[in-house]
Amino acid sequence: MAAMKNCHNDYKMKFSVDEEFPDLSKHNNHMAKILTKDIYNKLRGKSTPSGFTVDDVIQTGVDNPGHPFIMTVGCVAGDEESYEVFKELLDPVISDRHGGYKPTDKHKTDLNFENLKGGDDLDPNYVLSSRVRTGRSIKGFTLPPHNSRGERRAIEKLSIEALASLDGEFKGKYYPLNGMTDAEQEQLIADHFLFDKPVSPLLTCAGMARDWPDGRGIWHNDNKTFLVWVNEEDHLRVISMQKGGNMKEVFRRFCVGLQKIEEIFKKHNHGFMWNEHLGYILTCPSNLGTGLRGGVHVKLPKLSTHAKFEEILTRLRLQKRGTGGVDTASVGGVFDISNADRLGSSEVDQVQLVVDGVKLMVEMEKKLEKGESIDGMIPAQK
Amino acid sequence: MASSFSRILSSRRNVGLLSLVGGSVAAGFLLRRERVTAGEPLRRRYPASADYPDLRKHNNCMASNLTPAIYAKLCDKTTPNGFTLDQAIQTGVDNPGHPFIKTVGMVAGDEESYEVFADLLDPVIKERHNGYDPRNMRHPTDLDASKIHSGVFDERYVLSSRVRTGRSIRGLSLPPACTRAERREVERVVVDALAGLKGDLAGRYYSLTQMTDKEQQQLIDDHFLFDKPVSPLLTCAGMARDWPDARGIWHNNEKTFLIWVNEEDHTRVISMEKGGNMKRVFERFCKGLKEVERLIQERGWEFMWNERLGYILTCPSNLGTGLRAGVHVKLPLLSKDPRFSKILDNLRLQKRGTGGVDTAAVGGVFDISNLDRLGQSEVQLVQTVVDGVNYLIECEKRLERGQDIKVPPPLKQFK
Repeated sequence: MAAMKNCHNDYKMKFSVDEEFPDLSKHNNHMAKILTKDIYNKLRGKSTPSGFTVDDVIQTGVDNPGHPFIMTVGCVAGDEESYEVFKELLDPVISDRHGGYKPTDKHKTDLNFENLKGGDDLDPNYVLSSRVRTGRSIKGFTLPPHNSRGERRAIEKLSIEALASLDGEFKGKYYPLNGMTDAEQEQLIADHFLFDKPVSPLLTCAGMARDWPDGRGIWHNDNKTFLVWVNEEDHLRVISMQKGGNMKEVFRRFCVGLQKIEEIFKKHNHGFMWNEHLGYILTCPSNLGTGLRGGVHVKLPKLSTHAKFEEILTRLRLQKRGTGGVDTASVGGVFDISNADRLGSSEVDQVQLVVDGVKLMVEMEKKLEKGESIDGMIPAQK
Repeated sequence: MASSFSRILSSRRNVGLLSLVGGSVAAGFLLRRERVTAGEPLRRRYPASADYPDLRKHNNCMASNLTPAIYAKLCDKTTPNGFTLDQAIQTGVDNPGHPFIKTVGMVAGDEESYEVFADLLDPVIKERHNGYDPRNMRHPTDLDASKIHSGVFDERYVLSSRVRTGRSIRGLSLPPACTRAERREVERVVVDALAGLKGDLAGRYYSLTQMTDKEQQQLIDDHFLFDKPVSPLLTCAGMARDWPDARGIWHNNEKTFLIWVNEEDHTRVISMEKGGNMKRVFERFCKGLKEVERLIQERGWEFMWNERLGYILTCPSNLGTGLRAGVHVKLPLLSKDPRFSKILDNLRLQKRGTGGVDTAAVGGVFDISNLDRLGQSEVQLVQTVVDGVNYLIECEKRLERGQDIKVPPPLKQFK
């Protein structure tokens, strides 16, 4: 595919790097910490074959100096090639975000659910629900910050075809955002499946909400345990979930469903974007590797107020969120606990950490209920 | 710092787009459609039909006029700076409609957009400006405030008077498309020029990135501070990028003349006072504008202007004069009269709440201003507001006395 000319970037090159370099003095995100004038100067004349430039990569980070709860990444990819063309910026960002991951490191992919030990016995009195999500990008298309309407629609069409061929426990239906009836919409909201137009400026400033709701939709199986979002922050977001603590079953369905979907896309000559250094390629560098967030909603009213709660989470390589997801606070002592890592360990590794870590924390909670100490149970750093 | 910009300017001079001999009128005359060469055509991955937006639920001027044929014709064109049709229409695709008003649904990224995308912009302009046809009509500019008569209102009714417009600096891209360097250059050019204002116009610039907390609080109390745009009409058009870099507010010491830098346009120029002396407000407005123009011309710059479209601004709705002259006026009785809307229509006025567009009136106090922007001069539009507001006050007084009022005959549009 011959390169697309980016006329606007050529025009911009007439201005000096001093005149164009963004003011990042009040910023606190990974991009702002890494981007020097020197790096900017090296990258500003480049563009990917589809015409994505360094200014496109960093716009979201320039427009959003910081987040109250988390250190945001502050940059996005516009296509698979972004991670190569802008490696001078993205490699250090990836290293910072993913615990020192080096440009020479290799990422392990393991979607063999049988390798997961346990996970079917998390106490449902504490673990209210279990969920695993990831993202997938379809090779040959540019990513949500950059894609045109034509591309987005082609992605949707391909996805609908692929998902329509699923059967058995995966038989389901697609609901385009633009064509659903009011009744369908209400049902999807009641099931907590419906995703809305992004309002977070982290996403809108990166151009991911353009042309909403054109080409967007939700697919789910009849059992409502396997769900795919089309063209939200990534080409596909794949979610397996159910009430209760049987993470083993959730993960099995996740792996089986993903592999079935991947086979169908491959048959159409549009497999998933993946390489052995970065694993699965997604829009946000924070989701590289497995792109996997496996988590539970778990009642930990006592443990969460314990002085060592944060430390325990860190040692277990887990993170907490409120039950509304990222950007929310917990309600009633119920937390969303999930893996902190994405890159450098496999899907099985990461879900194993969740299973083992949550099991331990539930035991700690029970101890605290009985008025006993948990000092002897504090784990070593995993 | 000016070096890369003078290089760009001199190449533009060679193309004949700029002429310092004879000022803006001659330059505008030179910027004819035939002279503007588009940028290199885009190579698209998909045919136009695959990328044509879904506008079935849309109600804005762009959606009403963008046929698949026009899209196919324009979709691979770019302006010399690389601005594309998809960028121009993005705001209209992302914002299907507005509850109170039919929005325009597209923006210009630079002066050349109005030429390169004329096949779409001309019908949009015609629809938005009530039949003004850029292909065969000329827009009059008149900033001679001495021509205004009866321009002092009864202050028992008129609480404040205000005139605003915008100006763009020729040679630099507009807010939807400008690079950080261009935006910073707009700021430098304007702030440099404003520093030359004297007498009752002398004042000070407050950069959004550098103002102190105390300065910020004072600007908020004076109702001068503008915030990062939240309206999706603006954010989807890319106007809030890199906020607050190179944005700021300048005002004179007397707080009656105010300029916003790099908000929705390169500059927004505002003259205002408490009370009803619209004539004085307009006098200061004209004087200030002419002074600023003189000061930037001294430095080799000029405003974007041409005979077809008048002053060139980001939104097609602000072409021509870009002028909104208005008052906050108490009309509690008249506003409840069922004939109120018709009276306003015939006087070619529009009402807004006192918070500006998108707000409702409070306590019978309305923001009343001119409907039109293009096809009539500044003097004509301000006189229309003056005559209209005087008429509205007369109606209010009559209703107070228990007398009846008349709906005036509709004003002619293009004079």
